Amino acid sequence: MSGISRDDVAHLAGLARISIPEDQLDHYAGQLDAILDAVAQISQANTEDVPAMSHPIPMTNVFREDVPSPSLGQADALAGAPAVEDARFRVPRILDQE
Amino acid sequence: MTEPTMKYSEAIEKFDPVMGLEVHVELGTKTKMFCGCSTEFGAEPNTQVCPVCLGLPGALPAVNHIGVESAIRIGLALNCEIATWCRFARKNYFYPDMPKNFQTSQYDEPIAFNGYLDVDIETEEGTKTFRVEIERAHMEEDTGKNTHLGGATGRIHGADYSLVDYNRAGIPLIEIVTKPIVGTGKYAPEVAKAYVSALREILRSLDVSDVKMEQGSMRCDVNLSLRPTPESPLGTRSETKNVNSLRSVERSVRYEVTRHAARLTAGQTVVQETRHWHEDTGVTTAGRPKSDADDYRYFPEPDLMPIAPSREWVEELRATLPENPAVRRTRLMTSWNLSELEMTNLMNAGVLELVEAAVNAGMSPDSARKWYTGELARVANERGVEVEEVGVGHDVLARIEALIADGGLNDKLARQVLEGVMAGEGSVDEVIAGRGLAVVSDDGPLLEAIDAALAADPEVAAKIASGKLQAAGAVVGAVMKATRGQADAARVRELLFEKLGVSE
Amino acid sequence: MTELIRMNASDLVDAMNSGDVSSVEITQAHLDRIAAVDADVHAFLHVDAAGALSAAAEVDAKRSSGESQSVLAGVPLGLKDILATKGLPTTCGSKILENWIPPYDATVVSRLRQAGIPILGKTNMDEFAMGSSTEHSAFGPTHNPWDLERIPGGSGGGSSACLAAFEAPLAIGTDTGGSIRQPAAVTGTVGVKPTYGGVSRYGAVALASSLDQIGPCARTVLDTALLHSVIAGYDPMDSTSINAAVPAVVEAARRGDVQGMKIGIVREIGGEGFQAGVQARFDESVALLENLGAEIVEVSCPNFPLALAAYYLILPSECSSNLAKFDGIRFGLRVGDDGSKSVEQVMSETRAAGFGDEVIRRIILGTYALSAGYYDAYYGQAQKVRTMIAQDFTRAFEEVDVLISPTAPTTAFKIGEKLDDPMAMYLNDVATIPVNLAGLPGMSLPIGLADEDNLPVGLQIMAPAMADDRLYNVGAAIERELLAKWGAPLLSKAPELAGA
Repeated sequence: MSGISRDDVAHLAGLARISIPEDQLDHYAGQLDAILDAVAQISQANTEDVPAMSHPIPMTNVFREDVPSPSLGQADALAGAPAVEDARFRVPRILDQE
Repeated sequence: MTEPTMKYSEAIEKFDPVMGLEVHVELGTKTKMFCGCSTEFGAEPNTQVCPVCLGLPGALPAVNHIGVESAIRIGLALNCEIATWCRFARKNYFYPDMPKNFQTSQYDEPIAFNGYLDVDIETEEGTKTFRVEIERAHMEEDTGKNTHLGGATGRIHGADYSLVDYNRAGIPLIEIVTKPIVGTGKYAPEVAKAYVSALREILRSLDVSDVKMEQGSMRCDVNLSLRPTPESPLGTRSETKNVNSLRSVERSVRYEVTRHAARLTAGQTVVQETRHWHEDTGVTTAGRPKSDADDYRYFPEPDLMPIAPSREWVEELRATLPENPAVRRTRLMTSWNLSELEMTNLMNAGVLELVEAAVNAGMSPDSARKWYTGELARVANERGVEVEEVGVGHDVLARIEALIADGGLNDKLARQVLEGVMAGEGSVDEVIAGRGLAVVSDDGPLLEAIDAALAADPEVAAKIASGKLQAAGAVVGAVMKATRGQADAARVRELLFEKLGVSE
Repeated sequence: MTELIRMNASDLVDAMNSGDVSSVEITQAHLDRIAAVDADVHAFLHVDAAGALSAAAEVDAKRSSGESQSVLAGVPLGLKDILATKGLPTTCGSKILENWIPPYDATVVSRLRQAGIPILGKTNMDEFAMGSSTEHSAFGPTHNPWDLERIPGGSGGGSSACLAAFEAPLAIGTDTGGSIRQPAAVTGTVGVKPTYGGVSRYGAVALASSLDQIGPCARTVLDTALLHSVIAGYDPMDSTSINAAVPAVVEAARRGDVQGMKIGIVREIGGEGFQAGVQARFDESVALLENLGAEIVEVSCPNFPLALAAYYLILPSECSSNLAKFDGIRFGLRVGDDGSKSVEQVMSETRAAGFGDEVIRRIILGTYALSAGYYDAYYGQAQKVRTMIAQDFTRAFEEVDVLISPTAPTTAFKIGEKLDDPMAMYLNDVATIPVNLAGLPGMSLPIGLADEDNLPVGLQIMAPAMADDRLYNVGAAIERELLAKWGAPLLSKAPELAGA
């Protein structure tokens, strides 16, 4: 089941928007392979009829009333921004459209 | 760059269309889906944001109660099953208008599913009802808004940079997805339009959204594929966005059918892609290649607890649903004994609710119709406002009708009374007293006026007496004038004939 | 009077209440201590002297005017740098947030401020809480006060080191797989991971949302309980927060009575991989508990051996999504924006430059585990194993009141020793991970030094959901016995730090 190649790492890095340099792809692939080998034992568990647990506490229907609460304020909202123009976050050109 | 197309009639003869319609509805809640920021329009950029909808580290979502309630009500109105247990899910992808670079949505556990909407379309064989099956309705959140700058057209291609405003990020959306719509044949465009129109009406009647397509509070994506026959497997589909009106829905379906058909007939394949509809030129242009392999890596949202609507809550909400608009129309038409045309006129004048309220208060459907589509519609038109804004309640009309019925007013006087009420002079009776508009009920003044009229025209009495009863009209007219319209014309005529010893 | 920095929080409170000392004096004493030793220990990433002294002064003013204050008012604290503090840098130990100053306070931080607890500064941690040694901090490791060449544990090494170095009597950490408990064990301090949902996560930068909890750290069980009671409780801003009364942890910490309790030892934790000296101290604790009147039972939790695998599938998956927001758009580092590159490129370069190796490793692993085609086998399967582990606990707690185990397999290892082998590093968490998966509370408290290296050993106590008070009850009982046996707290045996 395991077996991450450098191409896999490159593809995953693309999905995760992290530009890993060519010369490090093998390094990551090797380490990830080792980790996957170790966690692969998970497949041995007999989980037939076992429900998946997405939340450790059994609560449901946690809601907030539709009542406005104070916003941050424009200054605070933009305070940490790397680039601002016209009270908006300035970002480089977007390739992948709509 | 336009693609070749063929005539619609030719295209539809060769191929069987299959559609899928995805509608996103912006809910009109006061706050966003996962935080308490205001949803009001027109605010300065980035003033309606908080750590949650800005995607700041450490922030956590909290679900809007009314968002969930609206989703359930929409599901019920669309005849869906409501989930007994469902979760939110994260849809992971990167884009600058996405504060968290994942959208909190629902994946394989939508809150509502397996519903339908019946729509009527006009065919050559008359009105036909078509059932559009609904796959699901689920909750999600809207993104921020990108403005692209520096490029030639202001659209994204060739833009040097973009500016992002997150005020709209987190606005509650309900996505409604149909199952593949099959069996429409050549009526595909009409069915699509009728579906979106009917859906819009339902959403409006639920009061969950202002559903203005031109403003984006209701967005429609049209998916279309063609196949040689209804028995063939599904063809490759295209998805068309930027369909901002009912007209666009119909036209874009029609166009895509012809575009797909032209390609397939020429031996080419249809590219699975997202296309952009242009209402001005009536064509779609290619956008991003649509990949079913867009790996969104969905998993259940760990920061939000599952939603398990109790059946009691669902029934409580079902009880708050308004009647289905189409069903209601038919019921009222029958109950009020109207023809289809009369009903259509009522609908077009936008006065259905007003008439219904008047009838419920005791007015006859005919009188209510008369006033709302007649005098009040005229005044509204003149002033450039909606009929309900004219400010004449059905209680006013009911009083006027009652007075007309027992002779206290006639139609002409009634209009003057109405004028007075609209001018704020008071109630119906106050206006009548104030302006002295009551129909003269005492015979005395009427006889005096009749004498005066006869005296002014000596020959007319003889004419009437000799049997030329039409001549009485002139006398009645003169009396009406003399009494400033406040005589009961019928009574005047009666008295005149009595006086002259003539019977009708 | 004992040197201020050597006093426990509860003793400091008594001293303030009797007018012997002011909060400003106490806070200043700790700031002086930080200035003296932190160059060697490196527990703190940022010290806020002005803010801490100002908060202390306010407490003193309120005390003189007789206004009632919280139970820990005036006692200073170190805060793990993963919690948002308005106006103070919050780096999560990462370059990508090196200069981020949050515009808001985490709920826990608000509660600390309202309680009049001066915040001395932000403590060091493994980057984004990923690690067991604090070596993955982008700003240099923290050094264990017991031996400066050794790790203080992780990811919250800064918080427990500052306690062990007497730089603060209280600290706050976060625990996803042992990040409070394991550092507590290897530094000879106390740390608690509350029941999941017991403390608000609003404002704590998320690592694995379904596993993370914020928790109290101190040098004694009572101090830890007092801090627990200040920070715990329902928060509407956190939809996973439990709307119920906080367990009576302080009362339990004052009680410390295990007579008649049933205490379970988990058969599957221990054995190979566990250092002899660690096992020896653990065995002694078991005997100690028996002498105090508890009944010791061996229980089997047969799915526990799968816990590590499940954890290292669930955590990377959730973190790969949680860390997507670090993209150089709204806050934090932005790299490569020279006007010619696309936003996709700038995002990618920013993240490559801003994230360390371990973070990148886990993001890639998580992206893989969630990918189409792999979800069922990896993430999906792990979530099912998680249920099975929770069921193991449920069955065990039908037989016993609490479970115990050694907290960590070894004592503090040397800095650099396990850096090249991620799996070796992950094995540090083998005993602590199960409670995170099940959402249950866990504590580590010091039970002595290992013979081979004279380094601290910790005992882990685990309890059912919302039974956090049982941890404090059992912990207090052990602590009292050991204090009597040693004559002085364990930390008094720690070497004097040069420069002190």
